Amino acid sequence: MSYDLAIVGAGPAGMAAAIEATALGLSVTVLDEQAAPGGQVFRAVESASGDPALAGEFLDAGGALTASFRGVTTIAYRPSSTLWHLAPDTGALSLKAGGASSELAARRVLLATGAQERPVPIPGWTLPGVMSAGAAQILLKTAGAVPQGAVVIAGQGPLCWLLAVQLLRAGVGPLTLLETGAGGALWDAFRAGGLWTGRRLLGKGVALVREAKRRGLQVVRGVRDLRAEGDAHVQAVHWHGGSLPCDTLLLHEGVIPSTHITRALGLDHDWNARQLCWRPRLDPWGATSHPNVAVAGDGGGIGGWEAAVASGRLAAIDAAHRLGKLDAAARDARAAAPRISLRSALSLRPFLDRLYAPAPTVLAPADDTIVCRCEEITGGQIREAARLGATGPNQVKAFLRAGMGPCQGRMCGTVVAGLIAEIRGASMEEVGALRPRAPFKPMTVGELAREPQDAAA
Amino acid sequence: MRESDVLVVGGGLHGLSAALHLALRGIRVRVLEAQQVGAHASGYSAGGVRTLGRHVAEVPLALEALDRWHRIATLVGETCGFRSVGQVRVAETGAELARLAERAAQMQALGFRHEEVVDAETLRGLLPAVAGHVVGGLIARRDGYAVPLRTTQAFGRAATAAGAEILEGVRVSSAERLDGRWILKSRDADAYAAPYLVNAAGAWGGRLARAVGEAIPLGFNAFQMLLTDSLPPFLTPVVGAAGRPLSFKQSESGHVMIGGGHKGLADLDTGQVSLDVPRLAYSARTALDLFPILRDARIVHAWAGIEGVTPDELPVIGRSAVADGLVHAFGFSGHGFALAPVIGDIVADLLLDGRTRFPIEPFAPDRFSRAATGSSPRGALMQPAG
Repeated sequence: MSYDLAIVGAGPAGMAAAIEATALGLSVTVLDEQAAPGGQVFRAVESASGDPALAGEFLDAGGALTASFRGVTTIAYRPSSTLWHLAPDTGALSLKAGGASSELAARRVLLATGAQERPVPIPGWTLPGVMSAGAAQILLKTAGAVPQGAVVIAGQGPLCWLLAVQLLRAGVGPLTLLETGAGGALWDAFRAGGLWTGRRLLGKGVALVREAKRRGLQVVRGVRDLRAEGDAHVQAVHWHGGSLPCDTLLLHEGVIPSTHITRALGLDHDWNARQLCWRPRLDPWGATSHPNVAVAGDGGGIGGWEAAVASGRLAAIDAAHRLGKLDAAARDARAAAPRISLRSALSLRPFLDRLYAPAPTVLAPADDTIVCRCEEITGGQIREAARLGATGPNQVKAFLRAGMGPCQGRMCGTVVAGLIAEIRGASMEEVGALRPRAPFKPMTVGELAREPQDAAA
Repeated sequence: MRESDVLVVGGGLHGLSAALHLALRGIRVRVLEAQQVGAHASGYSAGGVRTLGRHVAEVPLALEALDRWHRIATLVGETCGFRSVGQVRVAETGAELARLAERAAQMQALGFRHEEVVDAETLRGLLPAVAGHVVGGLIARRDGYAVPLRTTQAFGRAATAAGAEILEGVRVSSAERLDGRWILKSRDADAYAAPYLVNAAGAWGGRLARAVGEAIPLGFNAFQMLLTDSLPPFLTPVVGAAGRPLSFKQSESGHVMIGGGHKGLADLDTGQVSLDVPRLAYSARTALDLFPILRDARIVHAWAGIEGVTPDELPVIGRSAVADGLVHAFGFSGHGFALAPVIGDIVADLLLDGRTRFPIEPFAPDRFSRAATGSSPRGALMQPAG
């Protein structure tokens, strides 16, 4: 099967790009791991309609976008399909779906793979009962499930407040938020500006904070040196100057672009020293350093769902131009509206990035803290490997197997690089990023064996 | 101009072994590596330490190297993850088993006793998880495997400790011999000089030979490997098959590595490799046929490393036929890892003494230009990569 444009991910960026590209006359397929469109932000929005805990933007905007996407029946939408290999020069995509591997081809590929939560390696983060805030939100969205007993959210970022409100609406309690942001971040953030252009988004945030407090959220600010303790399950959370008993601890230090595939493809990336994450290097259309591959949405830099929609449309317009459907003037004219909405959606970013700048300690866990959860490798072991001569995360993989487990380095890769940089006195650029390998997600030997045989060696 | 006694081109396992053995003999040696140490086949092979099924010409070197693997820490200061778990070649049909028996008899007749035929029952004792249709096999009990990148880095560290200098990111763009010295220039316009030169450039070895006026035919492959998540222990020896290319093992940590020679795609100019998905799937099917237990094992990594391959799939080892002060050691064709501990020693012999006690005539650099004889005795079982 062959298409003009293959879009990977059916979140806001992927859906918007598919709608736009189809309207411009391209044949489009959309691959998505989930069973239904929406991505992380609008996950399961179609089946969640009517859940009062999730009322608001999630159901309204998310519902409208997915309905539009479903309405364009010429899009070859492939739910429950995982891209596991991509050869960008030939446009060959390998996916697994229904227990088997298969191939399709596209003239251009748009990666709209979104964001992942930043791993938060604190002492005790591998204890049962400790999970990420995003994982708790997925349980709420997909199963209506909420944690029982005393719940603590620890970290920072808009998701902490949104999740707090959603959990409180669902009847969770008692609920405490331990905010880890640095003192003075607010003033630094105000100086970043953008507050007037971003006033609507800022208003959304203020309303969330008000609702959370009205519903009884306890907030502790300036928290540092977090650690989870318990025997077989988390029982308490401690921090510098305080502690609380808890049955569930939800960690969150913001989200970062999901660069697993872009790094595996060897595309150019830049290190973002403020947000402590890698970003693929993109032009204003989302084009990467490879001529056949583009990126839209949070995978190119965190901007939220409205920015993702706009960047998805821009990437689709550029694809239509590159594939001969639009001349340069028509492309630029059509891009005017999404450019304006992108600028508006990103106006508050400098403010938020400063307000919620992650502490450098997220890349510097203590020696006895587990960094690679799959292989149970500690910060101390990685520092030792760096002292022995490992100059980058790919070498630590050879020394310690950190990054060789089922998460394929999604959890540990950047922390490993941070620890090497610390020991060797090098920059993150010098240390470099973990180079992931295909398959982009683990697949079974049986699934690969069921790849069609015609061209086999 | 930076001077030394010897320049080694290629920071793979063989170049580093040469550097180590030269440095141990007090020679000032400098290694020029275009990318990083172990960037291609050396870092990304299956790490097989195998005498089993070797081409007859390679058997003496493989046996000598195996002895050195058993005391590898005395050479490089660490074990390199070497485990002497044995290597087994399984037969899936009676005809294959007969071929293995013929091979074992050939080895016995030549005085080599390291290969031994085992029947189906014995084999099942060694490989409890093997598929039911397997009828027997051939085993070399002292064989095993090591961890490739770790080994390569260990050789690099040992060479450095012995006084060698390893320069990474130095891509040689020209080589010429002037007044009894080799002058190598890098793409960054740095110049290096030495009376002696070692060509350990792997898949790029043919290009370096051509640059000094010596035509040695060399192709290349990108051998693909699959690695699964950690599984409970079910397999101890390294397993190959008599009838198809396979190299299969479970590491101490439980990960299963599947390789054997199904080629990916590679570009010598850029050093980029990519996977050939249908061939990768073929490897998965082969592994499943022999070990059905793997069906639900999760593959977490697949990769390929570029390796030079000669027309007869034997390495090029020896003094240059056309240039003074040049020794070649490249083109190991997917099965050179195991030989590394002895290859460096041979290179040092050739450079310093002009000869070596090891039988390397079959690997002569000029054998392809003088080979009109057509006598190519069937000397090996199928050679799985790694």
